[in-house]
Amino acid sequence: MSLIKEIFTSSVGRKIAMALSAFFLMVFLLQHLTINLTSVFSEELFNELSHFMGTNPVVQFILQPVLIFGVVFHFVMGFALEIKNKKAREVSYAKNNGSANSSWFSRNMIWSGLFILFFLIFHFKDFWVPEMVYKYVQFKPSDPNRYYHEVVEMFHSPLRVGVYILAFVFLTLHLLHGFSSAFQSVGANNKYTESLKMVGKVYAILVPLGFIFIALWLHLNG
Amino acid sequence: MNLTLKIWRQKSPKDQGKMVDYPVSDISEHMSFLEMMDVLNETLIAKGEEPVAFDHDCREGICGMCSMYINGEAHGPDRGVTTCQLHMRKFKDGDTIYIEPFRAKAFPVIKDLSVDRSSFDRIQQAGGYISVNTSGNTQDANAIPIPKDDADLAMDAATCIGCGACVATCKNSSAMLFVGAKVSQYALLPQGQVEASQRVQNMVKQMDDEGFGNCTNTGACEVECPKGISLTNIARLNREFLSAKASSKN
Repeated sequence: MSLIKEIFTSSVGRKIAMALSAFFLMVFLLQHLTINLTSVFSEELFNELSHFMGTNPVVQFILQPVLIFGVVFHFVMGFALEIKNKKAREVSYAKNNGSANSSWFSRNMIWSGLFILFFLIFHFKDFWVPEMVYKYVQFKPSDPNRYYHEVVEMFHSPLRVGVYILAFVFLTLHLLHGFSSAFQSVGANNKYTESLKMVGKVYAILVPLGFIFIALWLHLNG
Repeated sequence: MNLTLKIWRQKSPKDQGKMVDYPVSDISEHMSFLEMMDVLNETLIAKGEEPVAFDHDCREGICGMCSMYINGEAHGPDRGVTTCQLHMRKFKDGDTIYIEPFRAKAFPVIKDLSVDRSSFDRIQQAGGYISVNTSGNTQDANAIPIPKDDADLAMDAATCIGCGACVATCKNSSAMLFVGAKVSQYALLPQGQVEASQRVQNMVKQMDDEGFGNCTNTGACEVECPKGISLTNIARLNREFLSAKASSKN
């Protein structure tokens, strides 16, 4: 049996695949945050980086499809595992004291993940779909200075800012378990695990907080 | 103390089952939980009713036979103990106690609180052993040098009594703590290396075939395990599995 087939058919293989897609998405989040942060202190740099990301063929036609695949894979595999896990207990307990032995966010990854999925649909409608239409449907001329103004325009709406903030709170909840869980899934549990858990908590709080800060800053100062 | 017990009653594997209330009185705080159940059963028998079926054997916390999901936790609210070692001093006069069987598709209820955990036996039979031919010239195990740390970790893993609390506790009914312990106790020792690749692949396959869920690393199993089996054993299981698959010739 091939290694790829094994990943999709065995329980341990699936959790390793989930972890690998999680690592990929966590690295992407850092890259996304880094570029977004430039909008706070330099309109020119933000436009320059956005233009590069939006026009570079490697980013557009290789990295972007890989990213979309990574996102879809993580969600589809997550739901598939959740359905299988539900089937593994046909009768529920009349009384279950889950908080006695595990954290709320570790038990509710599917719900935080679902909220993030809904947010991503909203986020794609806001930025990705208009960008694709601009470039590949309307074939408008390339404008390296439009990106900053488009983002500022988007974050004028307090409702949109509110939705984004809420989504990043859910992202924190997801990452509080997801970061360290991904390492455990690939078998990394050793003398560095406690330090890694601390790094995970810092990542889970600071990265979404960074996105919240940018949304608020653009709303108030853009 | 006087208590109200809410107990799962199920006549047979195919019966639908339901929670039934039983008041019990004059329970000593020094009794074990199973002794309290004995008192209830004596009362039921005296009244001509069917006693509650529950699993038990050594009543010394080492056989792994007793189970029960008590007030929402496997083996009840105490830590590092099986149900037979849980004492009534952990409860208060007037308490209502929920008593349910370990629930998992792979642990079907036989009757009341008694469940069939033979799926664990089949996982063990799939690879949880070392083939040693008793030809008369088998090497003495003590002649093989083993680092003390490895020997200790292997012994820690081997303390798993296969009670199934990990499965009962896990929100996904995953058996990975059990399988992780059983794989680790050999993976850490030189004697286990010969069959390591086949062992982990066969045991994981059997675990999946039995219908257990997938581990999502909540850590609940480690907390509720009466023997304190660590999550590091699941990480080792994942490593062993990945390594076996990457190098497997099958």
